[in-house]
Amino acid sequence: MESTILNKEDEKIIQIESTILNIDELSVSYGGDKYSIDKVSAGIQKNKITAIMGPSGCGKSTLLRAINRMHELYPETHHKGSITLGGEDIYKINPIQLRRKIGMVFQRPNPFPTMSIYDNVIAAYILNGIKLKRSEKNEIVERSLREVGLWDETKDVLHKRGTFLSGGQQQRLCIARALAYKPEVILLDEPTSALDPIATAKIEDLLVKLKKNYTIILVTHNMGQAARISDYSMFMYLGELVEYGKTKKMFTTPKDERTEAYLMGKFG
Amino acid sequence: MNISNSISQQKLKWRIFNDRLFSIVMMSLAFISALPLLSILYQLIKKGYKQIRLNFFIEVAPDTMEAMMAKVNHEIIPGGIANGIVGTLIIVGMASLIAIPLGLICGIYLSETSKGKMAGLVRFVVDMLQGVPSIVLGVIAYIWIVKPVTSGFSALAGSVALSIMMLPSIIRSTEETLKMIPSTLKEAALSLGVPYHRTIFKVLLPTGMSGIATGIILGISRIAGETAPLMLTALGSSAINLDITQPSSAIPLLVWEFYNDPNLIDLIWGASLILLLIIFLLNLGAKAIAKKWKVQY
Repeated sequence: MESTILNKEDEKIIQIESTILNIDELSVSYGGDKYSIDKVSAGIQKNKITAIMGPSGCGKSTLLRAINRMHELYPETHHKGSITLGGEDIYKINPIQLRRKIGMVFQRPNPFPTMSIYDNVIAAYILNGIKLKRSEKNEIVERSLREVGLWDETKDVLHKRGTFLSGGQQQRLCIARALAYKPEVILLDEPTSALDPIATAKIEDLLVKLKKNYTIILVTHNMGQAARISDYSMFMYLGELVEYGKTKKMFTTPKDERTEAYLMGKFG
Repeated sequence: MNISNSISQQKLKWRIFNDRLFSIVMMSLAFISALPLLSILYQLIKKGYKQIRLNFFIEVAPDTMEAMMAKVNHEIIPGGIANGIVGTLIIVGMASLIAIPLGLICGIYLSETSKGKMAGLVRFVVDMLQGVPSIVLGVIAYIWIVKPVTSGFSALAGSVALSIMMLPSIIRSTEETLKMIPSTLKEAALSLGVPYHRTIFKVLLPTGMSGIATGIILGISRIAGETAPLMLTALGSSAINLDITQPSSAIPLLVWEFYNDPNLIDLIWGASLILLLIIFLLNLGAKAIAKKWKVQY
């Protein structure tokens, strides 16, 4: 069990910086006694990029989805342990409220196909029935699209459908949509796995810029991606958090031999 | 080498022959199955076109004496089917008002609940409902509405019978369309903190609109030509009737009345042609909507 806790050195560093999300002994099951993730504990650092790596089926998406309670879409899920956001237990907040504080971006770009680019950005307001003045809408759309570097490409076609954009642009639109509500944390579930290398590079650059204002948690299959952009990395294996620490350190001197084997490409 | 070459040449010729034969057989069979529709259209147009004048749409059906006089004088039978057209519009319109909301809700429920005893039961009942003979639905509407509610034959009773007939096609097309929508779209909305009911009504339904609207229109075109249940409920009326608690005519009822009256029998063709054209237009409309409102994910 040693390996699930942080090693002392890292723990010190992580405590000095500020923890925004605290995951404490979290286990999640999709039904029955089998837990997809088992007693995961970690403190997620504010304004940093944390990458969650691991082979398929290791529970990394489950962990990510537990953070904004999206795993509850499956009716039989239950969990043990807790997650706190700024000290507040997220399982005591209404999921609808929680998801406005923790935005999410998915594997495949999924802009709303019936909406224009403009409406997609402010979808959270439209769909929640929040009335905004025209000037407020314009401001949110421009700010969000500028944040994701999509403003110059789309400012003349804002009223075309979102699905008319390229895959990479659609994914940036989805990030803009998640940012429009000014969440504290953004969760990304393999956001570049459906994109080509150029679009991937753009998203990576974007995430590095975004961490100034947001805390980013990124699930990735791609070790290179984790090494390039993340500040902290988690390695998960069979539902267990094997190792968590500074990315540079983990990639150069992994503590656990399973982490080492994974990073060497021996499995995954 | 030579021998094997010649054999394969022969085989090749045989294959090409077979190929052609198959195409020809397929084409002729396809043509044969299209024949009934073509011949129906031909008959209706040939015998009915004379009656299709403006009067045919704005005048009510003639009585048997008027028709007999016209026949004796070798004139075109006067009058039209306005009472039937208005009746069909009212009865079918009201049936849609009943069936569309119910069918949509039921279809949404089934698409959202793929497992579970209740959903399985509902799905089974809907399938069975599709097979219930329309005359039986007429009897049911007679017992439910004609006797206790309107104490007499009424357009409302006809609408209830037809709305039950419409339900299965609306429910199934809604369910199937919503199931085709990628779950990531639902997740996207929920992850923005959008409540479940808003996710359904503001994201899923608009995205599936093309398929759902097509199902509704096909449901309407299916009931527009129904006669049997209307005989037990709406009964028929020789005047235009706008009161839904009173007996009402409908185009298929008129066709049946014309058939039973030797003096009016010539009007069958015109009335049938109009009915067929209405149903054609509905089907074309369904196709156009499916194409125009199609959403790309």
